[in-house]
Amino acid sequence: MAEIHLRQVGKSYGEVEVLQGIDWKIGDGEFVVIVGPSGCGKSTLLRMIAGLESITQGEISIGDRVVNDLEPAERDIAMVFQNYALYPHMSVYNNMAYGLKIRGIPKDEIERRVKQTAEILEIGDYLTRAPRQLSGGQRQRVAMGRAIVREPSVFLFDEPLSNLDAKLRVQMRLEIKKLQQRLGITSVYVTHDQVEAMTLGHRLMVLNGGHVEQLGTPIELYERPLTKFVAGFIGSPSMNFLEAKMSEDGSKAHFTGGNSLELPAHLSGHGDRRVSVGMRPEHLLLDENGSNTASATVHVVEHLGADTLVHGTFGNDDGPELVVRLDGIKTIGQDEVLTLSIDPNNIHLFDPDSGKRLNT
Amino acid sequence: MVEHRPIVTLISHLVLIFGVAIIAFPIWITFVASTHEAARMVQIPLPLLPGDQFFKNLEQTLFKGLEGAGAPPVGFMMVNSLIMALMIAGGKIAISLISAFAIVYFKFPFRMGFFWMIFITLMLPVEVRILPTFEVVANLGMLNTYWGLSIPLIASATATFMFRQVFLTIPDELLEAARIDGAGPMRFFIDILVPLSRTNIAALFVILFIYGWNQYLWPLLVTTDQSMYTVVMGIKQMLEAAEQSPDWHQIMMTSLLAMLPPVFVVVFMQRLFVKGLTETEK
Repeated sequence: MAEIHLRQVGKSYGEVEVLQGIDWKIGDGEFVVIVGPSGCGKSTLLRMIAGLESITQGEISIGDRVVNDLEPAERDIAMVFQNYALYPHMSVYNNMAYGLKIRGIPKDEIERRVKQTAEILEIGDYLTRAPRQLSGGQRQRVAMGRAIVREPSVFLFDEPLSNLDAKLRVQMRLEIKKLQQRLGITSVYVTHDQVEAMTLGHRLMVLNGGHVEQLGTPIELYERPLTKFVAGFIGSPSMNFLEAKMSEDGSKAHFTGGNSLELPAHLSGHGDRRVSVGMRPEHLLLDENGSNTASATVHVVEHLGADTLVHGTFGNDDGPELVVRLDGIKTIGQDEVLTLSIDPNNIHLFDPDSGKRLNT
Repeated sequence: MVEHRPIVTLISHLVLIFGVAIIAFPIWITFVASTHEAARMVQIPLPLLPGDQFFKNLEQTLFKGLEGAGAPPVGFMMVNSLIMALMIAGGKIAISLISAFAIVYFKFPFRMGFFWMIFITLMLPVEVRILPTFEVVANLGMLNTYWGLSIPLIASATATFMFRQVFLTIPDELLEAARIDGAGPMRFFIDILVPLSRTNIAALFVILFIYGWNQYLWPLLVTTDQSMYTVVMGIKQMLEAAEQSPDWHQIMMTSLLAMLPPVFVVVFMQRLFVKGLTETEK
């Protein structure tokens, strides 16, 4: 059990800065997720916490120790790798026991711990098998077992589910969450998958190009994204961004394609400028009698059963592209014109150049 | 390409049988010669069917040595050969593993320089550097010792290069996982790298054992004492042993015996050998 404290952490390879100025305090027992597109530096940050990459700027402490100059083994961490990194020549039992053996833990204690961990993960039947005889999901469990059996104060996960098929991924995601709740060990989880990020983390760090875009709980990130990047990254299908011109008093936005929408009340200071209006597909409702309505032209309809995705343009055919997610099964024809309504409070406004959020 | 035409099958079988015959015939002659008396072997035509003297010749050659020549028994020479071949194979594997480990996993100044220096020794086999090497071995007082027989042949660029390629295929995550598990460099080497290179080590052992066993020129140079003779050079000595005509039955018996250990090594390690040369999955 331990807190992790990142103070102004940065990483550069020679001239190239891949991470800069990262400040974060991860609480004891917290499950945090670092999420971002590939190449954003999220794995590098995790590996710096693990001690597999050197820290070129700033300071990382785990518990009350600064770990900048400690070997990975001395940091009291355990890591689950993307490709599992199981020792191919050792049985499952030995894979799990190896770290304990090196630490000089007595044999009967090792056996007790491995058995107990195997029971938690339901891999007791495979202890004598070699990793190559296991399926992907089973290997994943063994890799987690190897981490748990060490009883570390911090778990690090480096995209552990990305080698699994979709169904197994959902199942393992749930298991990881349950396991973390049960063990209460501080965990840092890296992923590029926003669903994993939203479902697993108590708090999220969204990284983009080596700097932090936003920190917060999944709900905060969903409801109040601070940048256009975060707004587009969190949520699926992702948020619609429509270019618009704001009226002088800041109460309305006018779109190409003929629509106008009412904006949240508190924007009066920003009048008469270009804005990027963000609307989540699920916030656009099919409601003729709504107060804040606009039209959309349908191009393609996708039925997913639970909901229906409508791809089209906002306003007439010249309007910007738009995706709408409607509840349940709706029969909608091509080229039909829909009337959509949206609650002004569900409208996000961003500066089209800097990508920063405008409404508070 | 799989074809089922009888004529093609017939021809390919003929070609293969012919090839086998070419290789097997000399071995057959060697075997036949080793089963006859000395007197029969100097009569023409040479026998093509085995005689009845096999065990007598075997005993004579293995335990008593060439009649009247004063040479050590062949059994003794085979022990020398075995020790030399094992030392060369073992030494080469040990040194190559360690040097490949250093080159792949450690960052030190002139790393690539060292790698190329090792690589360049490919151009300097014993035959090329025989005089200076002899000088060094003689000055170190290693003439007529097992060390003198084996050490100059131990350094091996080929094996180093091969292990380097093997280590490069081992994913970095394994090293990282081992580091997090608390394994230091030597533990990682012994617990992870060596077991993972097992089949490659076996394949290399086969090749190097045969290489060591077949050494002729170098043992000829550094051994003057008969007690250090190896079997391959022993055969040659036998031919020139006395003014009398060569004892073909015993020479052939010796050749036969000299062939056996490499055959055993290949037969028993064949499965690992093939795996080591073809396996790519780690």
